[in-house]
Amino acid sequence: MPEINLRQMKKDQSGIIFAIKTGGELGLRMREMGLVPGTKITIQGRAPLYDPVALRVMGGVLTLRNNEAEHITVTIDAND
Amino acid sequence: MNQNIRMALVGNPNAGKTTLFNTLTGARQHVGNYPGITVDYKEGDFTHKNQGNIQEDNQRITLTDLPGTYSLTAYSVEEVVTREYLVNAKPQVVINIVDASNLERNLYLSTQFLELGCPLIIALNMVDVAKDRGIEIKVEKLAELLGVPVAPIIARSGQGASALIDQAIMLAEKPWQPRDISYGEDLDAAIMELITIISENNFLTHTYPARFTAIKYLEHDDQILQKGQEDDSATAARLEEKVTQVSDHLLKTMDAYPEAIIADHRYGFIKSILRQGVQTHTFDTDRLYTSDKIDKVLTNRLLGPAIMLLVLFGLYQFTFTASELPVAWLESLFGLIGDQAKSLLPDGPVKSMIVSGVINGMGGVLGFVPLIMFMFLGIAVLEDSGYLARVAFMMDRIFRIFGLHGSSVMPFIVSGGIAGGCAVPGVMATRTLRSPKERMATLLTVPFMNCGAKVPVIALLIGAFFSDHKAIYMFLFTMLSWMVALLAAKLLRTTVLRGPATPFVMELPPYRFPTLRGLAIHTWERTWQYIKKAGTVILGISILLWAMMTYPGLPAAKMAGFEQQRRAAISPFASEIVSESQSEKEEVSESARTLRRQLAAINDQESEQALRSSIAGRIGIALEPVSRLAGFDWRTNIALVGGLAAKEVIISTLGTAYSMGKVEADASDSLGQRLTRDPNWNKVVAVSALIFIMFYAPCFVTVVCIAREAGHWGWALFSISFNTTFAFLLAAAVYQIGRLLG
Repeated sequence: MPEINLRQMKKDQSGIIFAIKTGGELGLRMREMGLVPGTKITIQGRAPLYDPVALRVMGGVLTLRNNEAEHITVTIDAND
Repeated sequence: MNQNIRMALVGNPNAGKTTLFNTLTGARQHVGNYPGITVDYKEGDFTHKNQGNIQEDNQRITLTDLPGTYSLTAYSVEEVVTREYLVNAKPQVVINIVDASNLERNLYLSTQFLELGCPLIIALNMVDVAKDRGIEIKVEKLAELLGVPVAPIIARSGQGASALIDQAIMLAEKPWQPRDISYGEDLDAAIMELITIISENNFLTHTYPARFTAIKYLEHDDQILQKGQEDDSATAARLEEKVTQVSDHLLKTMDAYPEAIIADHRYGFIKSILRQGVQTHTFDTDRLYTSDKIDKVLTNRLLGPAIMLLVLFGLYQFTFTASELPVAWLESLFGLIGDQAKSLLPDGPVKSMIVSGVINGMGGVLGFVPLIMFMFLGIAVLEDSGYLARVAFMMDRIFRIFGLHGSSVMPFIVSGGIAGGCAVPGVMATRTLRSPKERMATLLTVPFMNCGAKVPVIALLIGAFFSDHKAIYMFLFTMLSWMVALLAAKLLRTTVLRGPATPFVMELPPYRFPTLRGLAIHTWERTWQYIKKAGTVILGISILLWAMMTYPGLPAAKMAGFEQQRRAAISPFASEIVSESQSEKEEVSESARTLRRQLAAINDQESEQALRSSIAGRIGIALEPVSRLAGFDWRTNIALVGGLAAKEVIISTLGTAYSMGKVEADASDSLGQRLTRDPNWNKVVAVSALIFIMFYAPCFVTVVCIAREAGHWGWALFSISFNTTFAFLLAAAVYQIGRLLG
């Protein structure tokens, strides 16, 4: 199962969060909102200027800026 | 227990907290105040008819609505306020509202209340929405595993609210009992060691449970670390040393920070509970809900921005069109009161103060009320429906370039992004921003936009000096205000408001129909706050500005001189003509008209002289050597001082300064012609003046609102001096370059 950066994920693609490589307030905020390793995410879409990105997580929708999404690596299904 | 039970309401934003609060307390709310807490929170009293118990029939309850938060860290004011309130005010019951359709994420906050140990009850909200989404929650099982009561409710309809309070009352006598959550072998061992040190030294134990302090130390929580240093620096140092050891070890062995491990385990704890048959999904979890389908259109790459422009323009139109009539009514009401006062009061300084200072000042404050009401109503609709979050989502890329946030767009538009807004509601609209630095930068730059009061002044100057291309110049100056405001924001964010962008991790809540009651309460609450807090200060400043434009008045010798001139003007005319000219009649004889004209000219001269010798006039004259750099003479200076009261005052003051008598803001053609003939004015001066008027100190109503929203008068003073300096440098640059180019 390959790991890719969340930033590279396409619309409607799903994956499982593998790691979040940042600390401080940003790292904590992402975790608090449910972005923890093992959680399934789906890319809901991107804003008109391709940034930020909207994710479906635990039945809700979250938005992240691209430079924030970069800290998250995701395991995706190889067949996707 | 016949005493009031004190309960606190906590939960995530968008979980329905405010709706439940309104349902429970109705209109019996007031803004609460707790020492040391700067953020407002609401309190409401209500009587609950106890149905479950026979011992007492009625129970009085005081419910405190704490800010909506996702966690209890020290990173945001809302979170600090929430946890400080809980540990200091020690409410007898804490009601934690959680969104049943988003249970896992909402329980993250709940785990932290469990650790704090406050008597907790979970209000499981929106069970109907969850059911529609195919989510089934076993309430008894959830209560059993969490170890706290759980009451299913629908806050919008009030269903289950009574049963919730029944159960909450039973908790009122319960002592605080922290709950241990496991954070894995390494951290659990470290926590035990920290607890030993904390308990031995009674370190902060009067306020926080030992385990809570230990966890906050591991999370590097700035506020608790600071409190520890103040309370007992020796123990604090020992704890910090221990935490550093643990952190280093974890970083080496697991490549993770303690706070990350703690957060991950909290979710682990929640997942382990939900997996034990508490929550079952009947549908595929990836199913698109109605809300997601709406988003496919509303945040679509092409349609999204187009619809957003329409919505924002619609809000703008609504605010300013709907408030037009009530504003006009208020204006004529205050005009009427002013006329009454004029005819009833004897001539003299008291009359002048009451008419020009008090009544005009009150009119100034209350004149904004309809505007603020409709703007907040519009924003409440956008906010409660969930659309505002989408606006932030779509606009963020652009506003981030200038160190702002997507949510900044709303305040900018309201303040005059489409020419003709008003900075007062604009400043108040910055409340929707949750990022502190971005919010301050927005707050300080929205007054640069072309508000409705600047428009007539700008129109006057453009009309007088650039009459051939009015529309183009108007458009150019609107664009200029946007550019300058955004660049000034960038300047502030790289200097006084320096710092990294606040994380954008934001929730896009599902679309919901706003409730009428919620809208009414929201709108009224904010409007009342404005009337109450701004009213007193604004009245005071209004009187002060009146005094500056009036005192010390003309010296007796000069006044006698004007009196003599008047007598000299009258003397050649027969007495019938004199009395005819003083009559109320419009149609009078040729000679009476001549006399009227001559007398009016003398009176205008006198007004000009009086203004010139007033404090404002003296300031204007004293500033002339400096203001010459930007091409302004003392007359313009006085008008600009007057503009601090309200920008449209610039026109009437210019009128007086040029001895033209009373000039109305909406009929200023004669003043424009007068300016074009004046040797001190030309196209370069006009551009320089336009730029200065657009960007210098905001009117004082805005200044008062800035002070209030920023929570500090320092920022209001900063706004006055920063904007004025900034505007002057720009204007002087334009004037000097323009003069060189001829």
